[in-house]
Amino acid sequence: MIGELGQLALCFALALSLVMAVSGLMGARAPAAAARRTANSAALGFLVFVVLAFGVLTYAFVISDFSVALVANHSHTLKPLVYKISGVWGNHEGSMLLWILVLALYAGLVAVLQRGGERLTSAALGVQGLLAAAFILFILFTSNPFLRLDPAPFEGAGLMPLLQDPGLAMHPPMLYAGYVGLSAAFSYAAAAMMVGEEGWARAARPFMLIAWIALTCGIALGSWWAYYELGWGGFWGWDPVENASLMPWLIATALLHSALATEKSGAFRTWTLLLAIAGFSMSLIGTFLVRSGVITSVHAFASDPTRGFFMMILIALAIVGALGLFAWRAPTLQGGAAFSSVSRETTLLLNNVFLVAVCACVFVGTLYPLVLDAISGTKISVGPPYYALTFAPIFFVLLLLVPFGPQLGWKRGDLKAVWRTLYPALGLAAVAAITVLAIVSPRGLGATGAFAVAGWLIGASVIDIRKRKGARASAFAAALAHAGLAITLMGVAGATAWRSEALTVVAPGQKLTVGPYTLRFDGVTREKGPNYLADRAHIALMDGDKVRATLLPEHRFYPAEGQDMSDTAIHTTGLRDLYLALGDDRGGGRFALRVYVSPLAPLIWLGGLVMALGGMLSLWGRLRAREGAPQPAAPAMAQAAE
Amino acid sequence: MKTVIALVLMLVPALAMPTVARAQPGTISAIETFSDPAMEARARNLQRQLRCLVCQGESIDESNSPFAADVRHLLRQQIAQGRSDRQIQDFLVARYGDFILMKPPVQPNTWLLWLAPFLALGAAGLVAWTVVKKAAAQET
Repeated sequence: MIGELGQLALCFALALSLVMAVSGLMGARAPAAAARRTANSAALGFLVFVVLAFGVLTYAFVISDFSVALVANHSHTLKPLVYKISGVWGNHEGSMLLWILVLALYAGLVAVLQRGGERLTSAALGVQGLLAAAFILFILFTSNPFLRLDPAPFEGAGLMPLLQDPGLAMHPPMLYAGYVGLSAAFSYAAAAMMVGEEGWARAARPFMLIAWIALTCGIALGSWWAYYELGWGGFWGWDPVENASLMPWLIATALLHSALATEKSGAFRTWTLLLAIAGFSMSLIGTFLVRSGVITSVHAFASDPTRGFFMMILIALAIVGALGLFAWRAPTLQGGAAFSSVSRETTLLLNNVFLVAVCACVFVGTLYPLVLDAISGTKISVGPPYYALTFAPIFFVLLLLVPFGPQLGWKRGDLKAVWRTLYPALGLAAVAAITVLAIVSPRGLGATGAFAVAGWLIGASVIDIRKRKGARASAFAAALAHAGLAITLMGVAGATAWRSEALTVVAPGQKLTVGPYTLRFDGVTREKGPNYLADRAHIALMDGDKVRATLLPEHRFYPAEGQDMSDTAIHTTGLRDLYLALGDDRGGGRFALRVYVSPLAPLIWLGGLVMALGGMLSLWGRLRAREGAPQPAAPAMAQAAE
Repeated sequence: MKTVIALVLMLVPALAMPTVARAQPGTISAIETFSDPAMEARARNLQRQLRCLVCQGESIDESNSPFAADVRHLLRQQIAQGRSDRQIQDFLVARYGDFILMKPPVQPNTWLLWLAPFLALGAAGLVAWTVVKKAAAQET
């Protein structure tokens, strides 16, 4: 009966999302206070029923109720509990339900926080309701997770071994929190165009920040998972699915910067609206690319053309609707703030110019092969070398400009004074470049440039932090986020330029030297995991004659799924990774082995974490400031009315 | 003459195990190496620039599919015969099409692909320039 309960909950959620849509949009008109109250209650009720539906599905996975088709197709009694739970979103239907759950959580948050006044909130809830209704219809008609099997099979088919991993248990919820979080910014932007409320950028900022933090963490987790799970030591492959998550991040980053200018000085009003629409559009396009089966990958669980078609129409409606509203209403919102060409506004605009350009680069690189194939049947590949020649140089220039923004004043800045403040950072950049050239081999232009820029950014962040001594903690958010960017950059440069590796076949007792490490292969044992069999290699990391550590890479075979997988072993010093992947059995106790030494690799994800911390600091400052100032939107509104 | 040390590999275990339907990322099969580091570096560099046609987003260098192993073998044979990188790439493109190149060739049907990022940068820059000019005119 459990499946029917979930189905029923989803139907109630659909009804409530429609109530939320209609009453929310009605509540955008000033006198309709009752409609606004209805919209708020509907948003919370909607949340309750979605949580119920999701809970029911999770329960079905946990107790392995194979009468539910989805559970039978994607789970197995022997699977560890954590992967039974993460299996809920390790498939198309469940991941769409997770999508709805996140949308519902944001709708609930919008209803509870009531940021930007009653009318703006109400209209935003209305838009969230429309999105929710459309996606629940999509689930009910094309991807119902609660379909039954009769008779129920005795055992489930299992989950792809590649997805049975703690990193993957966390990665999708995190990424969705970001993807769908941009829906709140989208809804607020649409609401602002309906209500004519100018304080929306401030009202929506916490949601933008939450979405951005989640996206940052989600992308970092995905990259980390690829690094240790795929077994070739890479962290980013410019795979269409990775690109689908990067595009919303780039636009969200642009949005955070542009919205700041809109909020503080009233500049770029229409542009910020457009970015809010573009950000969520990128999320939708990303979801479409990944879910529709247009691109085949680990992430495309199902390729059913009706789903793709339905989803494309849905996305087109959302994007065209929002752009239509924009075309109709944006001219009435024209404000055009005045600022000097040397000012913080200009730097924020430049930030947007470059971020939009790199996003266009990723967009074209991802979709061009698909379009070319559809039009002319010609197949081409757009791989990492394309991005090295397009994305990298544009992004590099953007990084050079980063330190100027926080130093220049609003409206009118003094470039000479900024140079005087920043020249020690230039010194640090020079030191970093010279150090890299002098002590590290092989020498390379790419790595040297990357370290020079990293020195420039970190130096500027330190200067910024010193300058703001004694200010509220949130004043350091930008400095922290920019430093995080520099840390990631160093990690990428180090792991790319200075990686050493060995691909060999080793015999028991054999010693092997890779980079600064000496390893001894001590043979392989047979192990039995909960739902797999493994060849576990015992590899000693030697320090002279002593064993400093033992690494245990595995080659696993999953009988239920009939697939094999390698489980890597990584020994990290925090600044350098020793990475081992075990290959197949070559007979006589000999095994194939891949060894990578990746200097600075851990910095890639540390930088992501630091960026996210910067975001959290900013968010914390926002939510605290709100308590002190009950009507934060007032000055912005007054300014806009002039 | 450099000798090619072909550490002979057995794809036999993979064939003998009928349950393993396709190569998974993360398993290692073919290993073939040159004893000469310069030639090895050339081979690795070439391998990285070629896409494994039967895999998903993996290069010939990373993939464990029999296809990738074949291409690696082919490419190493040709290096041993003293053919240039260019010749080897042309040979593979003639055989498998442009799809095998990780870096799309610059030709009429990819001009837009290569130019788009810079056109976007130019267009966005132009818009920004007019916005700043207007704002600066109001400011003074």
